[in-house]
Amino acid sequence: MKVSFFHLMPYQSLPDDFAEKHRSAWVDLPNSNFDPQQGRHMYDDYLDELQYADQLGFDGVCVNEHHANAYGLMPSPNLIASILARSTSQSALIVLGNSIALYQPPIRVAEEMAMLDVLSGGRLVAGFPVGTSMDTTFAYGQVPIQLRERHTEAHDLIMKSWQTRDPFVFNGKFNQLRYVNVWPRPLQQPHPPVWIPGSGSLETWDWVLQRNYVYCYLSYYGYLRGRRVLDGFWERTAQLGIDDNPYRVGFLQLVCVSETDSQAERDYASHVDYFYNKMLRVYGPFAESPGYRSIESLRAGLRTAIGTNAQSSTSQPVGWKDWLEQGHVIAGSPATVRERLKEAIQMLRVGHLMCLLHIGTMPRELTFKNMELFTSEVLPSIRDTWSEYSDPWWPATLSSRPEMAGLPGD
Amino acid sequence: MVEHRSKTHELQGGKFRVNLLEGGSGDPLVFLHGARPQGGWTPHLDMLASRYHVFAPFHPGIGGTEGLDHLDSLWDLVLFYEEMVGGLTSEPYHLVGHSYGGMIAAELAVQSPSKVRSLVLVGSLGLWLDDAPIADIYVLTPEERAKATWRNPESEAALAYTAQPEDPVAKREAELATIEALASTGKFTWPIPDKGLTKRIHRVNSPTLMVWGDSDGLVPPAYAHEFQRLIPGSEAVVIEECGHIPHVEQPEKYIEAVFGFLSKH
Repeated sequence: MKVSFFHLMPYQSLPDDFAEKHRSAWVDLPNSNFDPQQGRHMYDDYLDELQYADQLGFDGVCVNEHHANAYGLMPSPNLIASILARSTSQSALIVLGNSIALYQPPIRVAEEMAMLDVLSGGRLVAGFPVGTSMDTTFAYGQVPIQLRERHTEAHDLIMKSWQTRDPFVFNGKFNQLRYVNVWPRPLQQPHPPVWIPGSGSLETWDWVLQRNYVYCYLSYYGYLRGRRVLDGFWERTAQLGIDDNPYRVGFLQLVCVSETDSQAERDYASHVDYFYNKMLRVYGPFAESPGYRSIESLRAGLRTAIGTNAQSSTSQPVGWKDWLEQGHVIAGSPATVRERLKEAIQMLRVGHLMCLLHIGTMPRELTFKNMELFTSEVLPSIRDTWSEYSDPWWPATLSSRPEMAGLPGD
Repeated sequence: MVEHRSKTHELQGGKFRVNLLEGGSGDPLVFLHGARPQGGWTPHLDMLASRYHVFAPFHPGIGGTEGLDHLDSLWDLVLFYEEMVGGLTSEPYHLVGHSYGGMIAAELAVQSPSKVRSLVLVGSLGLWLDDAPIADIYVLTPEERAKATWRNPESEAALAYTAQPEDPVAKREAELATIEALASTGKFTWPIPDKGLTKRIHRVNSPTLMVWGDSDGLVPPAYAHEFQRLIPGSEAVVIEECGHIPHVEQPEKYIEAVFGFLSKH
């Protein structure tokens, strides 16, 4: 089992009356709400937390790309990953990822990711999300109905550029290049592992399985709801006659560990509240531009991973107890967290677990506490899960962490 | 009601299948609807068909018209329309376009000026003015949209036009049809419906009329005047007490303006 530390880098200083004054933390929240001096300290803390994750023995550190929002301050995750390439040494750099449909030519992504792979000594995991409706169609103005086609073409170009040793011609619909010749090229051969974050759209499953990539479900509505999506994914995997190696799947889960169940609520409830009620506040139409998802997907009634649609589809949790009961957050004493996390891992059949241990407004000290309790009290009990499987979707140089005893393959 | 029918017009061996409404007799007139699905043989088509042979095609991706995947650019789209209308009538035709359909109509008049006998642009997209921005129709709440679309959202005409089916399944299907229509037309308008028409509009030499509602909150009346400025000799009629859909909200005044103009050309 691979367990990674995921950071969103939220902006922590939204005012208390934010929800009354603004319809969205995304797309049209004026950047007058961003205080650069405070932002600087947030970046410092967040980088410390990511570096600490490497020291504590997480298998990977995860960063991702979002635009025009207070939810995550990483419009360029590659900038953060390039710092981590130098300041971490053992963990995989999981860039989850670059929204490749946004860049013309997407060669820029191939170049930067190759740089990261070389800089980090072959520790990169390359994520290629389609991107949210807010990021891609509103903040970056892409035509919704063409987004997936653009994504596919960008993917084809990047993958070919990484695996071709002589300059070649690329005559695409959106990108025409007479000379494709990526310098540097990635250290990992034939290419870094590829993970595809999806929000549960039908289109993505077959695409991922046909190419033998990892499918990542990044939702903030927990494992109980995530199960519905991943059950569908595993069902499709079986239909296609493909093996059920749990490492085909990545899943993100919010986790809060404290000394006792009640102390967990005291420690974390206000921060989780900020996350759900401020960071995830998205004006409905921004989350669902017409054409962003196919009519077939809409008809199937799948929710977007983030946004009002997702939130309004069932009765909404209002507090700590609801978040826990519905599995949005796994929180409590180490024993409670161990039990529920084991249940989640089996239920989802997930080999790449990504834990969100910094949530909302958590200060650095509290994040460190959560990380320390997680790695000392929880991680050892789940680490050996799926030891009977190999993980071909992991940087080969990191197939095991030397300081960790009892890992598969050791 | 004038005799009319639905039919499917195939192009390029079935690569494109265009659903259209056809009715009336007289000189040919092509009506191009807006970004939402047109609602069948509606009264304004019937009025046009009392004097003209009306063709009202559904845009690609809307109302069952197939072939959108073969259209990647505005250039592809305009040539498609030229070819499609050429298959319906070999004579020069009157061309009426509303909103998104107006943008296509203007481009068609640019592309084949000798075929377009006269041009009527109704609340038309195609231009952009920084000081009179066109509403972002994709993010309006239903209430905001109603307010921007109609002079009087509570009028009988407005309520009938926006009425939703009672049956939940039919209602959801209607919503999906609207999403599909916006997604399809958005291929050529997203994120701003200005794709360079100002560089080409000098090619329009058809007699041209702009018809606008004085209270159009989606495409403000400033655009009627901007089109008029860019098309020398063109006329503009701004209808009072009228929003974005004059042919529904003020059908008598609308048809009077359109017939008055068409009868001269």
